[in-house]
Amino acid sequence: MTESDNIVAETAERIFTDLADAQTINNSKDASWKAPLWSALTEAGLPLSWVPEDCDGSGASIADGFSVLNSAGRFGIAVPLAETMLAGWLLAQAKIASPPDAMTVAPASPRDRITLNADDTLSGRARGVPFARDVKHIAVLATGAEGSSIALVDAAQCKIAAGLNLAGDASDTVNFDKVKPIAVKPAQKGFDQTSLMLMGGVARSLQIAGSLETMLDVSVRYSNERVAFEKKISKFQAVQHNLAKLAGEAAAALAAASSAADAVANSTAFDESIFLEAAAAKIRCAEAAEKGAAIAHQVHGAIGFTKEHILHRYTMRALAWREDFGNESHWAVELGKLVAARGADELWPLVASR
Amino acid sequence: MTAALRFDPIRLPPECEELRKEVRAFLADEIAAGTFDPHKPQREDSDAPEFSRRVGERGWLGMTWPKKYGGHERSFLERYVVTEEMRVANAPTRRFFVADRQSGPVLLKYAPEHIKMDILPRICRGEVCFAIGMSEPNSGSDLFAAKTKATKTDGGWLINGSKIWTTSAHIADYMIAIFRTSPPTKENRRHGLTQFLVDMKTPGITVNPIAQITGQYEFNEVVFQDAFVPDDHVLGEIDGAWKQATSELAYERSGPERFLETYYVLTELVRATGPNPDTRSAEGIGRLVAQLHTMRRMSVSVAGMLQAGKEPVVEASIVKDIGTIWEQQLPHRVRELAAFVDVDPLNHPTLDEQLAFATKLAPKLTIQGGTTEVLRGIIARGLGLR
Ligand SMILES: Cc1cc2nc3c(=O)[nH]c(=O)nc-3n(C[C@H](O)[C@H](O)[C@H](O)COP(=O)(O)OP(=O)(O)OC[C@H]3O[C@@H](n4cnc5c(N)ncnc54)[C@H](O)[C@@H]3O)c2cc1C
Repeated sequence: MTESDNIVAETAERIFTDLADAQTINNSKDASWKAPLWSALTEAGLPLSWVPEDCDGSGASIADGFSVLNSAGRFGIAVPLAETMLAGWLLAQAKIASPPDAMTVAPASPRDRITLNADDTLSGRARGVPFARDVKHIAVLATGAEGSSIALVDAAQCKIAAGLNLAGDASDTVNFDKVKPIAVKPAQKGFDQTSLMLMGGVARSLQIAGSLETMLDVSVRYSNERVAFEKKISKFQAVQHNLAKLAGEAAAALAAASSAADAVANSTAFDESIFLEAAAAKIRCAEAAEKGAAIAHQVHGAIGFTKEHILHRYTMRALAWREDFGNESHWAVELGKLVAARGADELWPLVASR
Repeated sequence: MTAALRFDPIRLPPECEELRKEVRAFLADEIAAGTFDPHKPQREDSDAPEFSRRVGERGWLGMTWPKKYGGHERSFLERYVVTEEMRVANAPTRRFFVADRQSGPVLLKYAPEHIKMDILPRICRGEVCFAIGMSEPNSGSDLFAAKTKATKTDGGWLINGSKIWTTSAHIADYMIAIFRTSPPTKENRRHGLTQFLVDMKTPGITVNPIAQITGQYEFNEVVFQDAFVPDDHVLGEIDGAWKQATSELAYERSGPERFLETYYVLTELVRATGPNPDTRSAEGIGRLVAQLHTMRRMSVSVAGMLQAGKEPVVEASIVKDIGTIWEQQLPHRVRELAAFVDVDPLNHPTLDEQLAFATKLAPKLTIQGGTTEVLRGIIARGLGLR
């Protein structure tokens, strides 16, 4: 997925290169970089990539959308692109048209549930909702007497308590207190909160993988510039081996995330195979984020610990993204239960089926 | 990007799934017939010549080689399926494994035609076993320190010296070895080694067993005293073995055997844990399965690149680095996870025995076929650091 083999990903890459340069953003004292970036992304139809044209989106393929997110991860993008894409995708599952502005999705954690009341209002609390305070609308997966429903909500109708993730991006608690949605429709049969968590998890996995690719790139480059004991530090074997390990973690993350994305893109239902692929991707990418970020910082020494350096834009985001749509512990428990329920002799057939 | 890593999500094509069914049915028959016990990786005698022939009869050896040499012109992905199913079943593959994976491809590339016509079909029939003679008492990771000498004589070469850690030398028909034909040069310390095909029945070769900490008999010391190797058994360029080594690595380093060596302890853990694991066990199993799935997807991806005619040396080294460390740690992780499992006494002996065996075996996994440190050096070179 590193090669831009589709025009959608190429467009995204071009916009990120022009308007989301990490050093420029890092240097800027305010958020003035956000508006031009967002309007370029919107103009290119990227936030609504996954919304079919009849729901007012640009109707890109699932695979193309995932490539965009991998690229967004490589650039450490901190605008609600993934969130708007996921929200539009969620709404499209119930054929609800997407509004034109930025959105986010709730719940963003498998531990939270939003209830659809008998009077079609929504109640509940969703924690760690990315960019909730920055968006006009929230796409909600709600659970009611009839099963899962999908709703479009005016964010202003919710009580939003501001929070920050490790990277300093908005990660808010959204309270739904009998909120009347703009639209609400039942989800298709078989589509539930787990489906949303899996899809969100794959999105985050691709972003983490992308950020690890950049951590590797930045770290390798730095090691070839920095001199200590009259040598480039890249000539020390201990540094080389650390970077080789970082490459391994980046590779594992990329392989797991690309595989899960490919699985989702080529499937019509969130079945057991998608569950394995998506859960495994989130688990492995989260593990890679931990190991990879530690090495990237180690290689950089003190300079990487400063606000001025761009490294934290990738490391802290990769670590933060572990939490969204179920962290690795959550998915490991769920995957472990699935494997145990299938039994010992069905484990290999499951692994080999992918 | 300084380092463009590629792991495309290759899927095994439908013909592979058909093949998988055939291999599973074949292995089930062999198990039923008592050829081997899938729950006993610690089997004393893993040389199974009859089994090897039957695998050959099924067309599962030399799968990717040209038909004219007895091969089957099938894909790397098909070979991949056969390899992983055999490994997971703990099938006794020792007799043919090295020949099929490594030695055959070397012969295909460097042996004279009449030798190819003679030996390759026999590998495909599962009749011959190969050993690899690289390491010496004073030359391990530093392959180019090898001293065992090949001295030119009439019509061939006389070999003197010794190889060590030679897996299967005691059952092997042939060895592919590197010997010193010239001293290294000032400019190139890798110069001066030549690859040879050695018939193990040659007078002057003695094989001495070396016991391993697992109790298995696997590797040996091989001593050469004026052993004669004819000229046509030189493989490739004289003094130029160093140019021939790298392309082998991608084949050798990324296969399913590089992370499935201790897989059985995970299966037994799941069996012992039962259908309703507690949170700790479930999380532990879930993580291990996620890691396993990821490595397999990486490994299949490398097989796909090989099929496409690429030489993904760095990617293959990454798979082996991550894979061998994983399979090495697996028995320890399983031990921790099994610590509070109230096991069914019927299963307990299997898990305990397998854990003990895997724990003793684990140290070799990051040494054989290139140590972790050597692999990381290769990856670092791929990253442009050396
Ligand atoms: C079970 C088993 C089967 C084997 N089968 C075969 C076989 O069939 N044929 C064959 O030829 N060989 C075989 N070997 C040998 C194997 O290839 C060597 O053991 C391996 O290459 C390492 O060499 P060594 O044991 O001499 O260790 P050394 O090279 O002496 O290494 C010792 C330690 O030093 C480290 N080290 C060495 N050089 C460096 C460096 N430059 N930088 C950093 N660290 C370094 C190593 O990584 C290792 O940790 C087998 C080994 C085992 C364990």
